[in-house]
Amino acid sequence: MILQHIADGILSGAIVALGAIGLSFTMKMLRFANFSHSELLTWGAYSALVFLAFFSSFGGFFDQAIGPFSFGPDLLLAMLCACIATSVIALLLHRFVFERLSRTAGHMTMVFASFGVALTLRHLVVLIWGSDPIYYSRELQFAILLPGNIRVMPDQVFLLGLTVVVVIALHLFMSRSRTGIAMRGVAESPDLARASGVNVDRIITWVWAIGASGAAIGGVLYGMTVQLRPELGFSLILPLFAAAILGGTGSLYGAVLGGLIVGLSENLSVMVIPTTYKPAVPFLLILAILYFRPEGIFGERSR
Amino acid sequence: MIGLFSYIVFFLILSLIFGVAVLGLNLQWGFTGLFNAGVAGFTAIGAYTMAILTGPARDAVFGGFELPFVVGLIGAMVASGIGAVVVGLATLKLRHEYLAVATFGIAVTIQLVCLNWEYLTGGTLGLIGIPNPSKAWADGPLAQNALYLLVVLVVVGLTFAALERIVKSPWGRMLKAIREDDVAAASLGKSPERVRLEAFVLGCMIMGLSGALYVSFIGYVSPWDFLPIVTFQIWTMLIVGGSANNRGALLGALIVWGVWTMSGFVISRVIPSEIQAQGGAMQAVLIGLILVVTLLIRPRGLIGEELHVSRHARS
Repeated sequence: MILQHIADGILSGAIVALGAIGLSFTMKMLRFANFSHSELLTWGAYSALVFLAFFSSFGGFFDQAIGPFSFGPDLLLAMLCACIATSVIALLLHRFVFERLSRTAGHMTMVFASFGVALTLRHLVVLIWGSDPIYYSRELQFAILLPGNIRVMPDQVFLLGLTVVVVIALHLFMSRSRTGIAMRGVAESPDLARASGVNVDRIITWVWAIGASGAAIGGVLYGMTVQLRPELGFSLILPLFAAAILGGTGSLYGAVLGGLIVGLSENLSVMVIPTTYKPAVPFLLILAILYFRPEGIFGERSR
Repeated sequence: MIGLFSYIVFFLILSLIFGVAVLGLNLQWGFTGLFNAGVAGFTAIGAYTMAILTGPARDAVFGGFELPFVVGLIGAMVASGIGAVVVGLATLKLRHEYLAVATFGIAVTIQLVCLNWEYLTGGTLGLIGIPNPSKAWADGPLAQNALYLLVVLVVVGLTFAALERIVKSPWGRMLKAIREDDVAAASLGKSPERVRLEAFVLGCMIMGLSGALYVSFIGYVSPWDFLPIVTFQIWTMLIVGGSANNRGALLGALIVWGVWTMSGFVISRVIPSEIQAQGGAMQAVLIGLILVVTLLIRPRGLIGEELHVSRHARS
């Protein structure tokens, strides 16, 4: 039983990690807590629905399920397009709301604005797609029985595999490419980075695009393994913040590890507290980490 | 004519009850710079305390003490205050954004408790039959509502007058000093931690008062009345009206609640009933847009903070 909880924790932790990477980066580099970041997961998941309808209309090869999975190449292509669409949304928000406010007002005003943006984005989803749950595929899947009596769906294995691939790709990007290195520089100190000839605006565009794409992938994977609901992102606000704060803002591995810790502690908590209180677990983690180590596990102490 | 009049009375009662909560938030954010993203949680504590203290006795549920209305109001403020002390001690050391995240989490947790602790809160069904004091004094819904409006006006008036006095007092000036620069305030021998906690607790007590007024008026309390959207609405009211101005707080409550109810009215007339759920979403989109647009084009709100120059500084 405990092994099943651990497996479920890792799976939900992977989705939290994908969302938390972007939140953690924007918190560090733009210096505000973006309450609307979780809505990017919702928009990623729902926009993939539109692209999915487009690609599956080609039929044949496109909507043929791959191996044991419930989806075909159409959903993978839709996920890719959803990454682009979500990045466009994030960049528009940056351009028309957050960037303007960061120049004229303090970063707390940006937090208020993110409240308003979150409210608008979430309810636009209800307006466009309605509030009933939606599924990408009605295909039934058979669980794979792993040693230790753990049951996982093939799609969940794919979820985990894709998360690992995304994290490795991001690691290579951050450590090898000039843009990635410049991004870490901006995270340390935007002024110093600017003085060394880094185009900070271009880097910030990258930060939003990476964050939004991670969120879109997380949202699509959530939609694939659970379901699409307008509150999909909203219910992840606290887990995402918990993961970003636990890991220390601005840290890739911190966000991933934070996501896993959040997922595991949520799923293991049901062994000690009633399931109905599960949503409070990330909040307790946030309180604990802020109390004992406010800079997070991977963050650096500022003083 | 009577219909319109009774509708206006109903509207004023609800918007002024919201106004009380906005006044509480204004003390925290406007004057002290504390980012409380858990307003709905503290109004919920007040609301449930009112329901438990003044409501009728029930089987298998705690409370139902049938105490008088005023005792309920005071009890609600005390309960929210106690909640705020606990929360404040744990979170007020945090930096702004972290305080926002932590208080948001508190509101979510309080809502979960309301939803699941059936012995105390009645669970998903909530608590019903909360007495409205005006029903004992007047006949007919219009007279009762008019009387309740009077009660609300008295409470709003007292809260407003008290807050105006408080923010103009030496303690109120200290709040602003801490908001602007807590290191400077500390160097002058003030204790920012203590003063922040005091302002936070006082603000939350006022939010509890607002919740208590709400349940007595509506007659029941359920966890669905304290979803995070309530926090967003109250924040939008403060930002639209103008933070650090108590008149602005009340004005914002009237305007934003006016937009909310009027858009709801228009949507219910225009949109076919099959997609009414979408209508509610349209209202929420509107509130979100109002918040963002206000921040972009008029960040200080309709009537923002008045500038004060110390009388000692004038030459």
